[in-house]
Order: sequence, then C-alpha cells, then structure tokens
Amino acid sequence: MSPILAIAEKEFKDGLRNRWLIAITAIFMLLACGLSWFGSASVGTVGFSSISNTIVSLSSLNVFLLPLIALLLAYHAIVGEDEDGTLLLLLTYPITRADLLLGKLLGQSSILAIATLLGFGSAGLSIILFAESIAVMEIVSAFSVFIFSAILLGVSFIATAFVISSWVSEKSKAAGLALLVWFFFVLIYDLSLLGILVATEGQLHADLFPFLLLLNPTDIFRLINLLTFETNGTGLLGIASEQSFSTGGLLIAMLAWIIVPITMAYYRLSKRPI
Amino acid sequence: MSIFSLENVEQSFDKLNVLNSLSLSLEKGQVLGLLGHNGAGKTTTMKLILGLLKPTSGKVRVFNQDPSEPSFSHHRYQIGFLPENVSFYQQLTGAEVLRFFGKLKKVNRARCDELLAQVGLTDAANRKVKTYSKGMKQRLGLAQAILTEPSLLLLDEPTVGLDPIATKEFYLIVDQLKALGCSIILCSHVLPGIEKHLDQVAILSKGQLAAFGSINELRAQTKLPTKVAFSGCFEIESLAKKLATAVHQDGENFYLMTNDEDKMSIISQLAHQPGIKNIDTYPATLEQLYVHFMALDRLSHKTNSQPERDLLNPPVDPKQIGEGL
Repeated sequence: MSPILAIAEKEFKDGLRNRWLIAITAIFMLLACGLSWFGSASVGTVGFSSISNTIVSLSSLNVFLLPLIALLLAYHAIVGEDEDGTLLLLLTYPITRADLLLGKLLGQSSILAIATLLGFGSAGLSIILFAESIAVMEIVSAFSVFIFSAILLGVSFIATAFVISSWVSEKSKAAGLALLVWFFFVLIYDLSLLGILVATEGQLHADLFPFLLLLNPTDIFRLINLLTFETNGTGLLGIASEQSFSTGGLLIAMLAWIIVPITMAYYRLSKRPI
Repeated sequence: MSIFSLENVEQSFDKLNVLNSLSLSLEKGQVLGLLGHNGAGKTTTMKLILGLLKPTSGKVRVFNQDPSEPSFSHHRYQIGFLPENVSFYQQLTGAEVLRFFGKLKKVNRARCDELLAQVGLTDAANRKVKTYSKGMKQRLGLAQAILTEPSLLLLDEPTVGLDPIATKEFYLIVDQLKALGCSIILCSHVLPGIEKHLDQVAILSKGQLAAFGSINELRAQTKLPTKVAFSGCFEIESLAKKLATAVHQDGENFYLMTNDEDKMSIISQLAHQPGIKNIDTYPATLEQLYVHFMALDRLSHKTNSQPERDLLNPPVDPKQIGEGL
C-alpha cells in the first residue's frame, strides 16, 4: 500500500471513530431537507417551491457551514501530530512530507465528500420522490453541480487549514487562526467589497470587480450554483452574474483554491522546525 | 565501513550554537552510548543522523549517503527510531498504532502481532493507547522502532518510565538486535547498568564532544583509580604498611584505591595474605567517568570565562576529598 493511501485510510478511520462523518452527514441532511421543504415558509407556503430557490438557499447556508466544518476537521492535521510527537517519528519513516499532506488531504476530503453526498443527496432524493410536478433531470443536474462544487469548496478549506496547521506551533493558535480565516472569507471579504463599491460610488473598475470575487472560494461556489439557473443573484453576485463567467472557468478557479493552499502548506511544512 | 559518521558538524539555530565541530562515527553491530546533560545536543545529534536537520556546516553520512537528501528515503526502511516523548495516537489501540506504522514500512500484520508479544503488550493490544502507562507507551515505541529488524536503531531515553524488569527485558532485546548486526545509538540519563551494553561512549557537553571511545579507553584516559575491596581477619595497619597504600574500613569490609600499574601487584599480595576471605575489584563506573569528564569540561569553560581565577589552586570542597576515594 502506498504511504499516501495508508495515511488517508487512517484519517478516514479517525473520522469514523470520532463520529465526525456521522455528525456532519446528519447536520447536512437535516438542514438540506429542512431548507428544501420549509425554505419558503417565510412567504407563507410549506413544501417544495422551486429548484432554483432551493439551491440558492442551500448555497447560502453552505457558504457558512461547510468552510467552518472543513476548518474544524483539519486545523490540527500537522500541529496536532507535532504536539503528540508523531510528526517527528513519521518523518523518520520512508514517507515524504508531500505524502503526509496528500494522504491527510485525501482522507479528510473523503470524509467531507461522503457527508456532503449523503447529506445533500438525500435532500435531492426526497424532492424527486415526494415533490409533485417536477423535472427530474433538472433536479439531478442542479444537485450534482451543487454537491460537486460543495465538495471542492470543502477541500479548498481543508487545504487552507493545512497551511495554518503547518505554519503555527500550537494547536490553540491554529484553532484561533482557523476561526479568523473563516470569519474573513465568509463575512469580512464580501462586506469589504460592498463597502468599497459604495464608498467609491461604483467608480471601481467595472471589469476588475467581478474578478475580485474569484479571490474568495465561497463566492466562486455561489457563482457556480447561480450560473446553473441563469438567474440573477442579489447584491454582489448580481454584478458578477452580468459578467460572462463560465462554469468551467469557475471550476478551474476553485481548483486553484485547492492547489495553491496545498502548495503553501507543503512549503511551510518543509520549512517547519522539527 | 562505518554505519554513520559526522565530520566537524556544526549546528546553530538563530545564532544559538547547539553543536560545535562534532565528529563521531559508529561501526556495524556496535552500540554507542550518547551521554550528556540536558541541552548538550544529544537529540540534535540524533535528528542530524535521521536527516531531519541539515547541519549548518560539516558532513553527515548515514549508510554512506546524506540522510537529509530525498534519495535517502529507501534507507529509512532500515532505520528505527524511538523518540523521547511520543504519545502516539491516543484514540487508537496499541495494535492499531503498530499496524499503521507497519503499513508505512510495508510490514505485515503477523509481524506486528509478533512484536506486540515480544514487548509484552499482547494483553493490552486492544486497549486504547490513552489508557497506557508511560512504560507501556515506551514498549509500544520500541516495537515500532524494530518493525523491520533495522540496521540502525536510535533510542532516545528508552528506559524512562520502565520498571527494573522491563528495563532488563529491554536490554535483552537490544543485545539480540546487536547480535543480528544492528548498530544502535542509545541516549540515556540513566547510567548505572548500561555500561555492559555499550561498545562506544560519547559524552557531549554544551554541544562539544567531551569524550569519545570505549569504556576501557576512557578509563585509561582519566586514570581514575580502581577500588579493591576485601574482607578477612588480619592486622590492618601492618597490611597497609606492606601494601604501601592507605586502607580504609567500611563496616566489616576494607577497601583501597589503586591505579592500573599497581593493581595486579596489590591483588597478588592480598591474595597471599593469611586470613583473606574475599577480594572484589571495581574499576571506575560509567557514572564516575561521566562525572569526571563533566567536571573537566566545566573547569575549562570556567577558566575561559573567568581568567582571573587561580588555575593552580582551584577552590576545593573538603567534603569532596573523601568522595573521590
């Protein structure tokens, strides 16, 4: 067995053992089914409203929840091993630092991917089975894009957590930084962009602005799911959706949000004093 | 060919000099004891040999290759390491921990179970590591270090937390591995009892080699006296006069201190002494050698930093005069 697979297997089993997998799956399932069926309760109707409404509200929820879960799952990946003394030991084994990072990425991403697939997949399935007068193919494709992009979003935040984890020397610092990163990408970044836009009275270069959204993986995730319906988003995303982003281009941007952090994490790990 | 060698190795972290022109080497099948105070550079030396650190200057060779190079990786199957403080994976059982490390070294399950039995952990194999005592963790650590019957084994404070029987069993395993041709580096604070397992001793002090050689070589170097203890029925003062040395009494036994040149003649005279019942000789122990080299080293450091001190008449604690004998 290659060392990457051996490490991934251990991480995955850890996720089963400490009930992370089952807990995340349950949270996703509950929230996804709740939003799918009761999401329009505020406007006075109960039941499945429309696939576009469902996906948009699921995306808004996911943008908050998924990065937080991914960061919590992964923030101690390296610094935790260091504190237990096992990092020192592992590096004397016939494995490289890259094997260690990729194995952990693979194992923890599998946990998140399975939870996302089961949690949101079950919501999609419940709509197909119980909702009336629906286009099954439309729902399948919308949920496929949603689940796939959600997994990529989760992996990008796992990779980001690895950067923190291989950088800092204490687990508590890593936890604090992970929360800051979450706060920044989920709340601060969009608010700041909006603030700049208002302050400059929209004078910011119109071509530049949408690309600033690509600097935040949560915005890329929302754009991918908006594009599926060709509906106009609200707020910041409304401006961006006027631009001609293609789903393929956005997926590449998302992949960059995985590759760049994992490369940075590798760089920090190779410089880390052992 | 030596298993590993360090040539004029220097290591500094942020201007803090941890190792200074250190040269060491070890032949196949030998056991090297790496001794020194806390912060002397023992663990840094081990990390250099393991390729976890690159020396600031100097050369490190293990199996005739630079261990910090990526191409060294395949040699790592042949290296076992027991770190000083390792708590392993608390939520896994002992057997699961060993199997995980076994997978990384491509060792099968049967070998893992065999090793658990060898270190006496079979009964605790299915218990979580967080319930293990320090000694059990240490034994699990030893099991992972010898997964592949390594050719080079590095043990950092291996017997800390082990009871006397477990310590004895531990050294039994060390001797078995040595008989198989394994070279071993042993870092320890616990000096009594380890000297018979060591072929070479390196004493580090403040990042410098204070002494290096076999125990007998170090004894010859220090000229520390051998203690000859004996018992029997005789006139002690005339015996002392005959042997031309001071004889001390310790309860019902007598002892005298002698150097290597006079030792044999004194023993033979004692053996022919009417009324003698028993003779024991005690050459300087590893502990005494260690204390001697550390004191020498401290003296040289002091003279460097305080040149005004009277070198020829260093202050002597009157209590220590008797202690040397």
